[in-house]
Amino acid sequence: MSIVEDAPAAVIGTRRLRREDPALLTGEAKFTNDLDIPGALHLAILRSPYARARILGVDLSGALAVPGVVAAYSGADLQSAWAAPMPCAWPVTADMKNPAHYPLAATTANYAGDGVACVLATSEAAAKDALDAIEVTYEPLPAVIGLEDSLSDRVVIHDELGTNKSYTWDLKVGEDTVTQAFAEAAYTVSERYVQQRLIPMAMEPRAVVAVPQPFGGDMTLYSSTQVPHILKVMTALTLGIPEHQMRVVAPSVGGGFGAKLNVYAEELLAVALAKKHGKAVRWNESRTENTQASIHGRGQIQHIELAADADGKLTAVRVRLLADMGAYLQLVTPGIPILGAFLYAGVYDLPAAYDFSCTSVFTNLTPTDAYRGAGRPEATYAIERAMDALAAEIGIDPMELRKRNFIRKDQFPYTAFSGLTYDSGDHLAAAEKAAEMADYAGLRAKQAVQNASGTKKLGIGVSSYFEMCGLAPSRVLASLNYGAGGWEAATVRILPTNKVQVVTGASPHGQGHETSWSMIVADKLGVSPDDVDVLHSDTAISPLGLDTYGSRSLVVGGVAIDMACDKVIDKARKIAAHQLEASPDDLDFVGGTFSVKGSPDRSTPLAAVAFAAFTAHDLPDGVEPNLEAHVTYDPPNFSWPFGTHICVVEVDTETGGVEVLQYVAVDDCGNQINPLIVDGQVHGGVIQGLAQALFEEAVFDEDGNLKTSSLAEYLVPAACDVPPITTGHTITPSPTNALGVKGIGEAGTIGAAPAVINAIVDALSGLGVRDMPMPASPLTVWNAIQTAQGGNQ
Amino acid sequence: MIPAPFEYARAGSAAEAISLIGEHGEDAKFIAGGHSLLPLMKLRLAQPSVLVDIGRVSDLSYIRDTGDHIAIGALTRHRDVETSSLLAEHVPLLAHAASHVGDPQVRHRGTIGGSIAHADPASDLPATTLALGATYVAQGPNGTREIAASDFYQGFLESALNPDEMLTEIRVPKMTGAGWSFQKFNRRAQDWAIVGVAAWRRNGDSGVALVNMGSTPILATSVASALAGGASIADAAEQAAAEAEPQNDLNASSEYRVHLAKVLVRRALEEASK
Repeated sequence: MSIVEDAPAAVIGTRRLRREDPALLTGEAKFTNDLDIPGALHLAILRSPYARARILGVDLSGALAVPGVVAAYSGADLQSAWAAPMPCAWPVTADMKNPAHYPLAATTANYAGDGVACVLATSEAAAKDALDAIEVTYEPLPAVIGLEDSLSDRVVIHDELGTNKSYTWDLKVGEDTVTQAFAEAAYTVSERYVQQRLIPMAMEPRAVVAVPQPFGGDMTLYSSTQVPHILKVMTALTLGIPEHQMRVVAPSVGGGFGAKLNVYAEELLAVALAKKHGKAVRWNESRTENTQASIHGRGQIQHIELAADADGKLTAVRVRLLADMGAYLQLVTPGIPILGAFLYAGVYDLPAAYDFSCTSVFTNLTPTDAYRGAGRPEATYAIERAMDALAAEIGIDPMELRKRNFIRKDQFPYTAFSGLTYDSGDHLAAAEKAAEMADYAGLRAKQAVQNASGTKKLGIGVSSYFEMCGLAPSRVLASLNYGAGGWEAATVRILPTNKVQVVTGASPHGQGHETSWSMIVADKLGVSPDDVDVLHSDTAISPLGLDTYGSRSLVVGGVAIDMACDKVIDKARKIAAHQLEASPDDLDFVGGTFSVKGSPDRSTPLAAVAFAAFTAHDLPDGVEPNLEAHVTYDPPNFSWPFGTHICVVEVDTETGGVEVLQYVAVDDCGNQINPLIVDGQVHGGVIQGLAQALFEEAVFDEDGNLKTSSLAEYLVPAACDVPPITTGHTITPSPTNALGVKGIGEAGTIGAAPAVINAIVDALSGLGVRDMPMPASPLTVWNAIQTAQGGNQ
Repeated sequence: MIPAPFEYARAGSAAEAISLIGEHGEDAKFIAGGHSLLPLMKLRLAQPSVLVDIGRVSDLSYIRDTGDHIAIGALTRHRDVETSSLLAEHVPLLAHAASHVGDPQVRHRGTIGGSIAHADPASDLPATTLALGATYVAQGPNGTREIAASDFYQGFLESALNPDEMLTEIRVPKMTGAGWSFQKFNRRAQDWAIVGVAAWRRNGDSGVALVNMGSTPILATSVASALAGGASIADAAEQAAAEAEPQNDLNASSEYRVHLAKVLVRRALEEASK
């Protein structure tokens, strides 16, 4: 008994401060551009000012005359450096069209920002000066900007493809049932929504340093990336470098949000030129380049139709999606809309009547790819906006409509129309908790009074979301044609002095993995979290891994850590049993000590076992020295976090200004390892969703030039522009993994945008406003009011 | 985000600065806080061949009571304008407007003279000093001259300053006891106004100027005339855009700007009349 009483209090579940933060907050953390590499050459890229232009000639002589310039290359000059085009790892259909895409365009530039030439110089300033001295002769070609225009093939962007359509991907379940449901529906709605293009804005733009090692051809690539492991494989394949000679390191990475889940031209150029010149090559992205040449997110036109019976119960969902791939397919571009394909029925109990089709097209714009939520915010927006439209059609409260349709708690595990199994959930509880926290009933009463007159209209928006994350079961990924698995690797190693080294294949870039992983290990092994070192993001230290994206790190990588701890304990148990002259099965392991069941005085601490494993003086037969275990975990299911968000706004109908008065987020991510980190993820996620709803949009002119290429025009909200966020949680542990955890990295973003827009439309419904495009800028809101009021807009 | 090459010279006094600028000709630029010029240079939209740094001409940073006026040295930081007790007492509108410039980092570096000399119609302080009937003092090789704010703004980013002249002082009439209001309508707190209004009223007099309603800051004289003629606030506010030629941009159509100006002028006058 005494052993149990002496056991240290659990660390899991406490709001432990992040161990990463002191270095980050004091500026001591080393980012890629902080690395001091003597003699490194600086790479600068000349980018096409045209959205589409034939490259008739590139005169590099002026650049070569600039003092400090070592070399300059056109796209054509480097064509022989590439063993393969840049990779797209997600050919979603067998007949998907994928134009060859090289780090520098050789014959045609296909978006404003497409690299056409580059310079190597002894300083960054000389490299940038030399760009001004390169003369490129372009023949501007007609550019395709709009998605519907692209689909018409009026202008075909890539001649060799013969069409702008990349693919059509369907998910059709019970087509006849769908047709019948719409024919017999008591209520239907048919809505069109536009997911504007967004520009991911990590605080740290991208940066790269490629360092050739002396002799033998080994190459180290430092990159501000989310995916060092994937980057290593892809760099090897694209450049023809033997994989074992490539090492990729991600130093401190200042955010990614999906935009650093990629293999970029600059990474390949730096390695190719470092190899060619035998010198380190570095490149640092400017904010302008960030807006043009890092991937964009979203970019979809959604058409969603709902059919419902007389009680408002959903009977069928039909979705037609038109998705913007941009000029080329980047690493997982085509898969992004598909990640949302399963979620257009949201959290609702839909019969097998689902008709989804996505067509994806090329445009002469920056390629799109993963951005926080990746397909799932788009899907959630469509169903949650359409549910509000349906509630208005029926004439009932939107919260009531949701309650009538939620998958009930007793239906879990729930086999969805798609065949996917939702492992757990309690949507009603989350919705009721959010309603209570926001005082939903009180708000409705207040709204009735306030909105009867005056120019300040109160609006209340509800969004109930479900997300499919924790990518992912490898077999399911295979069925979606994804080019890799979804496992994660972990090693747990107990050092001779009972300190613990953990190696994870996840690659943090702000999430706090070191803190969370150390907490998991601390509780498992009975050590202090301060005695646990977490190693990551270097393929020489962590050779196996699939990195960090899709809210996967904890539910796959963290669970792998937990499993590796079990494996280490199993081995230690054999050694402890040997020391205690007992059977391994007769030992308890509590609070870092092995003891014989029923004889707590016969015990040995893990520290003694660890040292014995190190000296190996007296190990049981067949037991190898040292305490170390490796696990590769492939999850059996996705992770299914959910929640309800409520947003309260006041709209100034004279100016169109929207003020968010209150934001309540109730999220259920199962058990929480560190609630402080969970809250941080929810806050950041909600703000990114709110930013899509109110502020951010990549705006292009009719020629395809980006008009929002700085932070003065691309409106990332600052701290003073966002409302206080009240977080709450319900806890429905995942039955899928031993920790009972679910992903939380993207949930806030997924829930937020529809809550905000639903609130604005709710505020203005009395004026006849039915929909509101994103971002709901004051101008957009004012125009919508004028239109609804029969003005001349 | 690296500027094109340029030469750099630091001036110790206004006279030295003027001499340096005269020496280097039209491709030379003064730099003080650098918050307007440096971003343009980093984007290589501005490529001056010489920068004459006046940031350390310390005797141009002051706020003084000169009797009828408050005199503000051109190199006074926005933060010092914002927190000045003299301005709080005599021209609170200007101190308040300064508190809306950019963000705290900008306000600690940027200067009132730099903001005015840059003559950006979207900036807060040109319009505010225009509404207040300020006078600007320019120093050139042949001495100083005074320029009324209403004569200063010639076009987009164009002022009445000669290339060899430097703005040295801003003189603002005391408005002790006046009602005032500063309305800044924007999407993010740190941004330039989509439309802004600076207004004051005292004893039947008034001044109203508009931010970002044309190629220069706009003095809304029709509003003041209407008020002087006995018009109601609502009727006077309908004249808000009479002198304006607002542009279209990402945040606003010209039509929306005209509408906003009317709403914001009405609100400003209501607040200034309390």
